[in-house]
Amino acid sequence: MANLQPNSGDPKVTYEYRRKKHAEEMRMQVITFTMMIFFTVIAFAAVGAGFSKWFIVPFVLLLAIVQVIFQLYYFMHMSHKGHAEAQLFMYSGVLVGFLTVLTFVTIIWW
Amino acid sequence: MSTIAHTQKRGFAGTVWDYLTTVDHKKIAILYLLAGGFFFLVGGIEAMMIRIQLAVPNNDFVSAGLFNEIITMHGTTMIFLAAMPLLFAFMNAVMPLQIGARDVAFPFINALGFWLFFFGGLFLNLSWFLGGAPDAGWTSYASLSLASEGHGIDFYALGLQISGFGTLMGGINFLVTIINMRAPGMTYMRMPLFTWTTFVASALILFAFPPLTVGLFMLIFDRMFGSGFFDVAMGGNTIIWEHFFWIFGHPEVYILVLPAFGIFSEIFPTFARKRLFGYSSMVFATVLIGFLGFMVWAHHMFTTGLGPIANAIFAVATMAIAVPTGIKIFNWIMTIWGGSIQFTVPMLYAVAFIPSFVMGGVTGVMQAAAPADYQFHDTYFIVAHFHYVIVGGIVLGLLGGAHFYWPLMFGTMLSEKLGKITFVLFLVGFHLTFFIQHFLGLMGMPRRVWTFLPGQGLDAGNLISSIGAAFMAVGIIIMLVNVVITQKKNIQVGRDPWKDGRTLEWSIPSPAPFYNFKQLPLVRGLDPFWIEKMEGKTEMTPAEPIGDIHMPNNSFTPFVISLGLFIAAFGAMYQADEGKGWAIPVLIIGMIVTFGAMLYRSIKDDHGYHIHKEDLLDDAGKGGTH
Repeated sequence: MANLQPNSGDPKVTYEYRRKKHAEEMRMQVITFTMMIFFTVIAFAAVGAGFSKWFIVPFVLLLAIVQVIFQLYYFMHMSHKGHAEAQLFMYSGVLVGFLTVLTFVTIIWW
Repeated sequence: MSTIAHTQKRGFAGTVWDYLTTVDHKKIAILYLLAGGFFFLVGGIEAMMIRIQLAVPNNDFVSAGLFNEIITMHGTTMIFLAAMPLLFAFMNAVMPLQIGARDVAFPFINALGFWLFFFGGLFLNLSWFLGGAPDAGWTSYASLSLASEGHGIDFYALGLQISGFGTLMGGINFLVTIINMRAPGMTYMRMPLFTWTTFVASALILFAFPPLTVGLFMLIFDRMFGSGFFDVAMGGNTIIWEHFFWIFGHPEVYILVLPAFGIFSEIFPTFARKRLFGYSSMVFATVLIGFLGFMVWAHHMFTTGLGPIANAIFAVATMAIAVPTGIKIFNWIMTIWGGSIQFTVPMLYAVAFIPSFVMGGVTGVMQAAAPADYQFHDTYFIVAHFHYVIVGGIVLGLLGGAHFYWPLMFGTMLSEKLGKITFVLFLVGFHLTFFIQHFLGLMGMPRRVWTFLPGQGLDAGNLISSIGAAFMAVGIIIMLVNVVITQKKNIQVGRDPWKDGRTLEWSIPSPAPFYNFKQLPLVRGLDPFWIEKMEGKTEMTPAEPIGDIHMPNNSFTPFVISLGLFIAAFGAMYQADEGKGWAIPVLIIGMIVTFGAMLYRSIKDDHGYHIHKEDLLDDAGKGGTH
């Protein structure tokens, strides 16, 4: 599996190369982790500052979506190769779920 | 040594035990075929009772209440317990071989899926003997099902819940198998169409069954535990059930018809001796149908008052599905065009399928026009439409597939002569039964009505319809005779019995060795076996040296897990009744059996076994002759 390569015993993948990859990945993880904490602070601040409900709800939802993407791509390694099928099924599932909710809020509980 | 154990002759009890514990996809396929075939006959008997009751006006062959039970069980049995398992039989038998795999990804789960389906179906059908079957239609709309007395609807909800778990497991298993276990060189765009349709249908199962599970749980809670999801008097909304049911139910019809398309896509190239026309557009159309299948469910509910905007959106989306389906129809026609055609029984079914299914598709587009649907809704026109797509598409696919894959599954060839008699009787009977129903519907005969008055212009049409049903019944009986004769004679036909097999499943010896492929085959293009034949070879080029093969052990645990749920379902159902103190203990015992078996499975290490290289080399002289 291509996604396991950084830890594989493949002799073609040199030690130097793997070190570089790991360092890069660590940097990305630290950056995204910082940003996620920052987003959480902003979300709390937005609620605390007492903005209009019509601003806070979509704004916090947006931050949440970005955090989920960070989580999936940087902490759960979906940015690596070999996840095409998983991505396809996750996005299809999200789409189906979204459509269902959209229909329910528009034509059942309008 | 372990190889020898598998080639020994067994007594009857030994064979039964082997099937109860098997995790081999080929044997599970036979189990699905047997169980699905049994439920198909049960559903067929129910259909015959419906047609006898409606043959003449003012008939009193069955009472109105019993009629409701019969139509409900006919629909439920045919969709969930006959069509799906029969397709699962072919998926299990053929798909792993087509992609060059030694088994599915999770053989244990495969067995568990079968036993869950089987016990769910058994539970549902036991309702006939335990106080009355469900009677709210196969859609079980909440306003009817909440008002239904007795335990019929509880049997429906619990039985479908259990068999639905099995189906979901089967679907996930097929997905993982196709993604991970393709032979070297078998890229996605070299997969045979039946594998592709299995893949898309399994993805639809993955997304469509959870809504059904949720809906059924809500129904169970409403009926047994006093909640009010669908109860308007308690602030619920009865339409929510309809949405949940059809979010599941519409993809369900594609789950059924896509594998049937896949079977035809294998039959056409084989007997036209041409590669499938427009392979990539066939794949594209399959995926597109699966995708669009999730955006059209509300077309079943045009008359519930969704409003003109929602109706218009769903009408347009529905009509859009005709485009990829049309692509497929033209591709099939182009495949046989100019081919060197052999009209074997499977090919006859495939050729008859095209016009039959197109007729069902055309009436589908008629109903997709929402204003017109207000006229068609709940009439026999709808009954005619969905029987044209289900019988004209799926059942013809199953019958054609049964003849086509019989040599692969059993090593024998069904009689072509009897097969042709079945085909003619069935096809004539099918059109006789359902074509006239379009007109009965347009003349105003409502669906699910248990009798009608004379002199309203409905007499002749209903009689013709009932005569047609008798033709179909005779056709199926002749097919059963055919099966018995063929298996009694037991003439083994060997490898590649149709002589023109194109895909990997025909390249292995017959009967198939239990490990399928001694060496995984090297796939060099679409229709890999055909490519090798065209280069004068008789076998696939191996992709690996002969080595040890890892095999799973047989297990009785799937049976026990399913049996526990079956027992627990009785407890869950009767616990709401007065004076049935035994129900709660039964529920608990059933759950203990299920979870105990799951715990046993989790704790006990079962690493399977290896077939050693030396045994495989030996085997060439015995079972696996070339």
